[in-house]
Amino acid sequence: MTIQQAAPAKSFPPTNPSGKELSLYGNEIPSRFLIGSAQYPSPAILLDAIAASRAGIVTVSLRREAGKDAGKDGAGQQFWSLIQQSGARLLPNTAGCKTVKEAVNTAHMARELFATRWIKLEVIGEDDTLQPDVFALVEAARILCAEGFQVFPYTTDDLVVADKLLAAGCEVLMPWGSPIGSGRGLNNPFALRALRAHFPDTTLIVDAGIGLPSQAAQAMELGYDAILLNTAVAKAGDPVAMASAFAQAIEAGHAAFKAGAIEARDMACPSTPVLGSPFWHGDGSQ
Amino acid sequence: MKIQLNGASLDTEENDLARLVATLGHEADKVATAVDGLFVARTARAQTPLREGCAVEILAPMEGG
Repeated sequence: MTIQQAAPAKSFPPTNPSGKELSLYGNEIPSRFLIGSAQYPSPAILLDAIAASRAGIVTVSLRREAGKDAGKDGAGQQFWSLIQQSGARLLPNTAGCKTVKEAVNTAHMARELFATRWIKLEVIGEDDTLQPDVFALVEAARILCAEGFQVFPYTTDDLVVADKLLAAGCEVLMPWGSPIGSGRGLNNPFALRALRAHFPDTTLIVDAGIGLPSQAAQAMELGYDAILLNTAVAKAGDPVAMASAFAQAIEAGHAAFKAGAIEARDMACPSTPVLGSPFWHGDGSQ
Repeated sequence: MKIQLNGASLDTEENDLARLVATLGHEADKVATAVDGLFVARTARAQTPLREGCAVEILAPMEGG
């Protein structure tokens, strides 16, 4: 008997088995992983984690900058120099804003500083959960879209709010999985599934609350277009390894969605064909 | 004149935002600015007077999620 040598492993593309890339306001992005840049142990680990994630988009923010004459300046410019090394496209946010006025003015500052019309719009309405104030969010989105911004709203999984954000001019929605930084994963898969079904042609990104690669895969298996996360990578024991794990999970989840999953059922269904079963699978008689 | 700069009190003799930014040692295109909660574009700083008690924000890039 001879043992045949196994055929070489088939090579699959690293992302997007459908061949269709993530599209954000007309921009084709070769990765479905958007990664945050905060809370890493060191600048070097941040850069390595971004590389390991293969993310094409990195979120950034704005901070008060002390005067250089104060002797403690430079943090902002050091970060700017660092993040440019990543080669990733930047998505500035309005983190910390609690009113329409704050969010709109922060967005304008970000547009000038980062030279982009993209803005991740956050208007926080509650401190314990960091839940978005969806009323202010819709109003801020309406203003910013009218002013030419391309808005990525951080929102809940509420269908009506989603509809109003789209009417305001948003082409992308970013519902939460669970509260920011909680690592709880998808608190309400039913609502996320409903959102996906209700807006089949809208780009949907789960943003916030993801703690494990399996949770990211779950969201992608629901048909979400991409994942945005930060804390789960930055605060991991090994952020670089975790970034790679998330990248694989997001790719796997998307591939599974495109492949078409079976429907879950309550009762067993034999996977082995019953036709031609041997005698001991007969009528149960001895 | 006493103003609020990034939430802290500051005595300054500069009369407009562009001069304040320069005096503090910032490169004009490396920061974004607001006065009394309203964005002031880089090109408008020289035409934006500072008044006693006004609140100036000077922001720079930072990490974010």
